[in-house]
This record gives sequence, C-alpha cells and structure tokens, in this order.
Amino acid sequence: MAERHPHNYTGFLGWVEDRFPMMETWKAHLAEYYAPKNFNFWYFFGSLAMLVLVIQIVSGLFLAFHYKPDTTLAFASVEYIMRDVPSGWFIRYMHSTGASAFFIVVYLHMFRGLIYGSYKGKRELIWLIGMAIYLALMATAFMGYLLPWGQMSYWGAQVIINLFNTIPVIGEGLSTWIRGDFVLGDATLNRFFALHFFLPSLVLPALVFVHIVALHAVGSNNPDGVEIKKGPKGNRWSDTAPADGIPFHPYYSVKDILGVVVFLMGFFAILFFAPEGGGYFLEQPNFEPANALKTPLHIAPVWYFTPFYTVLRAIPDPFFGTLAMFSAIAVLFALPWIDRNPMKSWRYRNNAHKINLMLFAAVFLVLGWMGVEAVTPAFKELGTRMTQIYFLFFVVLWIHSNPAKAKYVMWFGILLGAVIAYDFIFRFTAGDSGATVQMIIQFIWPAAYLALTLLLPAFKASCNEEKPVPDRVTG
Amino acid sequence: MKKFIASVMFALTASVMASGAAMANTGGVPLEKANVNIHDQSSLQVGAKYFANYCMGCHSLNFSRYNRVATDLGLTNEQVAKNLIFTRTDGEPTKVGELMKNGMSQKDSAEWFGAPPPDLSLTGRSRGPDWIYSYLKAFYVDKTRPMGVNNTVFANVGMPHVLWELQGLQEQECTKHGEGEHAVEHCALKTVTPGTMSAAEYDKVVRDITNFLTYVAEPAQLHRKSYGIFVLLFLGLFAVLAYFLKKEYWKDVH
Repeated sequence: MAERHPHNYTGFLGWVEDRFPMMETWKAHLAEYYAPKNFNFWYFFGSLAMLVLVIQIVSGLFLAFHYKPDTTLAFASVEYIMRDVPSGWFIRYMHSTGASAFFIVVYLHMFRGLIYGSYKGKRELIWLIGMAIYLALMATAFMGYLLPWGQMSYWGAQVIINLFNTIPVIGEGLSTWIRGDFVLGDATLNRFFALHFFLPSLVLPALVFVHIVALHAVGSNNPDGVEIKKGPKGNRWSDTAPADGIPFHPYYSVKDILGVVVFLMGFFAILFFAPEGGGYFLEQPNFEPANALKTPLHIAPVWYFTPFYTVLRAIPDPFFGTLAMFSAIAVLFALPWIDRNPMKSWRYRNNAHKINLMLFAAVFLVLGWMGVEAVTPAFKELGTRMTQIYFLFFVVLWIHSNPAKAKYVMWFGILLGAVIAYDFIFRFTAGDSGATVQMIIQFIWPAAYLALTLLLPAFKASCNEEKPVPDRVTG
Repeated sequence: MKKFIASVMFALTASVMASGAAMANTGGVPLEKANVNIHDQSSLQVGAKYFANYCMGCHSLNFSRYNRVATDLGLTNEQVAKNLIFTRTDGEPTKVGELMKNGMSQKDSAEWFGAPPPDLSLTGRSRGPDWIYSYLKAFYVDKTRPMGVNNTVFANVGMPHVLWELQGLQEQECTKHGEGEHAVEHCALKTVTPGTMSAAEYDKVVRDITNFLTYVAEPAQLHRKSYGIFVLLFLGLFAVLAYFLKKEYWKDVH
C-alpha cells in the first residue's frame, strides 16, 4: 500500500487526519480540484441535480413517515399528509415539484454534454455512468408515480407494465414478475414503495459518487472543449496545476450558490403559486382514487416520459413500438462512439452540426408535446415524423464526425430513401386517404431536417467549415 | 420555391390547428367561469352551510375534518357542531375532530342511483371549480331519466336535481340552423318552473358551494401563496448577496 502524503495539521484536525483522509479528500475534490475557469450557464446543472437529489431524499423520507403503501390506505394517506400533517402539503409539493425539476435539470445537464462533447477525451465512462443515473432516475420516478394511487398512477403504471407483455415468449411472465401478481394491485404498490425508497437512497447516491470520481480523475470538460491538463502548467495556487484551472472551492462553490438561489426561486415559485405545474407536475385525474373499473378518457404519462411515449405510439405494432421506445433510450448510451469527431465543443464545429443539435432539442420537445396530446391524424403523423428524425439524428451525428470527407449528398439520398422506403413498406395502407395525405404533407419534416443537416453543408461551404480549436480556454 | 415552402407550412399549421381545435371541443359544452374567491370567508361559510344541508347526505368529504373547516372558515367548533354535523358515530353525535363522512351505505346508494355518489373532497381539483359551477346550473327536465332530470355538463348523470326548489326547473330547447348535414344545432336551457330564488341568487349559492368545494380540495391554498411571497423575497435578497459574493471572489480570475 502506498504511503499517505504527510500533512501539517495539528490538534483535532491532525488527530482526525492521521486516521481518516478528511482534509486530503476535501483538497482532492474541492479546494485543490482545478476546474476550467470558463464554465458558463450550462455548467450549473450538475450541482443542481445533486441539490434536487438531496431535496428528493429528504422530502421523501418525511413523506415515508406518514405514507401507507396499501391500496386501501395509500390515497387517503397522501391526503392525510396534505391536510393533517403539519406542513405536510409543503413536504409533498417539495417532492412532486422536485420530481419534475429533477428531469428538467437532468435533461439540460445531458444537453450540455451533447453541445460541448463532454463524453469525449476519456470521458466515455462518465457519460455511461450518467446514463445509468438517468435510467435509475426514470425507474425511481415511474415507481414513485404509482404511490399516490390515483387514477393516473394506476393507469399509467398499467400501460407501462403491460409494455413488457409485448416481448415474445417471456413477456407475460416478466410483467407478472414485475407486478408480483397477475393484476396491478397491493403487491405491486408495496414493492414499488420499497424500490422507490431503495433506488434513490442507495443506488442513485452510489452512482453519483462514481460519476464524480470518474469526472475528477479525468478532469472537467468546458465550453471550449480544450483539455486544460494538456495546456501550460502553473497558476496562482500551484505550480503543477493547469494554468487555465481554478480551485473548485471557493470559485465554483460561490458561483454555484448563485445558481442554486436562482434555481430555488423558480422552484419555489412553482411550489407555492402553481404546485400542479399547469396539470403537468400533478395531473388532474390523479386527484381521483385509482379505480380498476374506470379507464380515464385520456391516459398520458407524466411529461418527462412523454417523448419516449410518443416513440412508442409511433409504431402501431406493440412489440416493435416497445422496442423503438427502449432503443430511443439505449442509443444514448452509444453517443460517445457515434460522435467520432475529435472536436468536442460545438463552438468550433461546422454550422451543420449546430443546426443538428438544435433541431434535435426541438424534436425532443415536440415529441414530448405529442406525448401529452390525444392522438389525431395530424398529431399521430407529427409524432411519427419526429420519431424518425430522433433516430436520424444519430446517423447524421455520425456522418458529421468527419466533415471534410463526408459524402453528404450520398447520405442525404440514402437516409431520405430509407424514410420513404419505411413509409411505403410499414406505414402506407391503400385506401386510408386521410393518413396518406398527412404522410405526404408531413414528409416535409424529415426532408427539411436532412436538407438542413446534410445538403446545406454539401452546397454551402461556410456551413461545413470547422474553426480551429484554440490552445487555451477563452473567456 | 419560397412560395412552395410557404404553402406547405400553411397546410401544416392549418392541419395541426384544425385537429387541435377539434380536440378541444370533445367532452361537451363549454364551461362557465366560476370566479370563486377562497379568501371570501362569508362565501365559504354559506357554501359549507348549503353543502352540509343539501349535498352531504349523499356526498362525503372523507379527507376533511370538521374542526379544520371551523378554523379555516372563522367558525367556532360549537357553531360547526350545531350547524354542520347531522351524523352520529357509535350512537354519539359525531365529534368536531372527525372526518366529514356521512351515514349513507355505498351498497344501498349504488342500488338507488346506479353508482354510489362520489366523495367530493378533491372534486375541486380533479374537475375544477368551473366544472362544479357549470354542472350545478346545468340540470334540465328529461322524463326519460330515472330521476326525471339530465345534465348538459355531465350527460346521463345518476344524480337528481337536489337544488331544484331553489333554482326551479329548466328545459333544454334546441333550434336547428342550416340544412342537411351542415345543420348546426344550438341548445339552450330555459327556466320553465321558477324556484324560490332568482337566477342571480341561485348563481350566488352555487358559486358559494363551488367556493367551499374548491377550498376543501386543498385547504393549504389559503396560506400557500402568502408563504410563497416571503420565500421569494428572501431568495431575491439572497440572490443579490450571492451575486456580489461571486463577483468579489471572481474579480481576480482573468
């Protein structure tokens, strides 16, 4: 075993330090962890995600003091919290607002990774661990949503668990195994409560811990995508530290305090003035107790799942729909190996790449919007088209890996041809003129998407130009 | 080319808008605005009175307690015990600390009305005030229904028109405009037997009941926003301090 660094602490601190690397850890991860000095707005969301995790764990603990995971008692126990527990309504709204806030923060955090290429430069594991956190978060949120045992809790869980039925051979057995019963009921509620407590209190913090250990081993990326550890050495605090790095504490700790306060202003504005979040954070039908005999008119999952719900609905075949939905999440894991361009930040990459990322964000939002709306012919087609673009994005991202040599026009032809072939083979039904008209009109979306991301750089040189990455961080 | 793109965009937005508009119309009649004010204590008191006297025989408020209503509505426990509690628990008059249940058996009422009358603790949130207000005004005579009345907001509802003595009886009158498949039917409710109250008085009673049910769906809303103002003021001040603290620390980073 390696010898520990000698230290100069005396007194109590010295006594502790002899026995436990308290100050050593403090220094390694905060006071002497050198982060690039040019973090911008997008870099608040990592620390905010940790804040929300803490909010969720603490408020969840207090809710668990009063909540009863029993189908005959659950709904009433939530109302008991809302009315009879002192400040119970505040704790419950912390938790319900926190759930949505968590996803807002995490989606922005992930988009930051995308625009600045934070999964590159030996950071693939950070991204993979982050994706594992995202999966655990989705599982936690899904199981937590069942607990109030309202109509949407029940029917939303019903729909999602039944997805597993579509898997050939093992499907039925798998969904029965998940429910712990042949129907969604007390056994399901009880185990979902147990798992909803277990995942965020043990699994999530462990994953967050390794996420940060991996990050601090490689070092943070930044909006320029410049590796500060490869740049010149020596700053005011240390001769061996990167010149463009500043100690995380106090610089980023005071900056993050500002971020936290601004975030909390938004958080508490919703909590105190619109806790239902316009019917998206707490859905109206969920104020009715679960009733297995009465299906709500319109079942929609909570907003943070709706993009994937639209993907599911875009393919009529239940098994392939489910497969598409899980693929939409799974493909994100492969992102570091899809985007092979050595340049990290979108600042220096070609305009087509910037357009691609912005359109991807827009498409994700439209997918989410389609997931909360009831299906109409126009919306159904829009959801399907957005699903196609969602998957095309990853191919285009891969094509943009080498802009100088990319065969844009060829790929434009291949991908547009693939869309047309898919439409004709799987979606076209002769006689359904309404659907066909929608299909033809809304063909504009994938066509325009591919034109903007592939034809534009092919024919307009300025859209394909990459700028030189500076040696040092800017600003 | 530009013209082509413009026309396609127009077709797109038109088709999306049309389907959106069509969707908004499903689910029946447009609702009237309830315009309730949960801070109007006398309105809440009147609403509680009418609720206890006209509604509570069938509809419980299983999650609400009498003494919480007393506190929030500015009433004493004695006033509530005397005016709102008509039930007995284990032979004794129901105590003010108890939940606002009623004596009706779910099994019996399911036989009488086709379905047991729902608990109304959260209707103010699940349906919303506008729905309750419109619903209570939308009963009309329909001899084909078991209770002799139907409702335009909740078609074929099993509930009788409990407030008919106050409102009187309405009938639905429909007129057709246009020809053939383009014909549009306009229906309106018209009072045929006046009640003991004028239309304005009845509206007020219904609004008070709606107000009470809106309050009872979330008692915390009486105080929630005033806490919010203080929290946001504090955070606003904190944000200013945090901003200058950050600026001070960062002035030597170049």
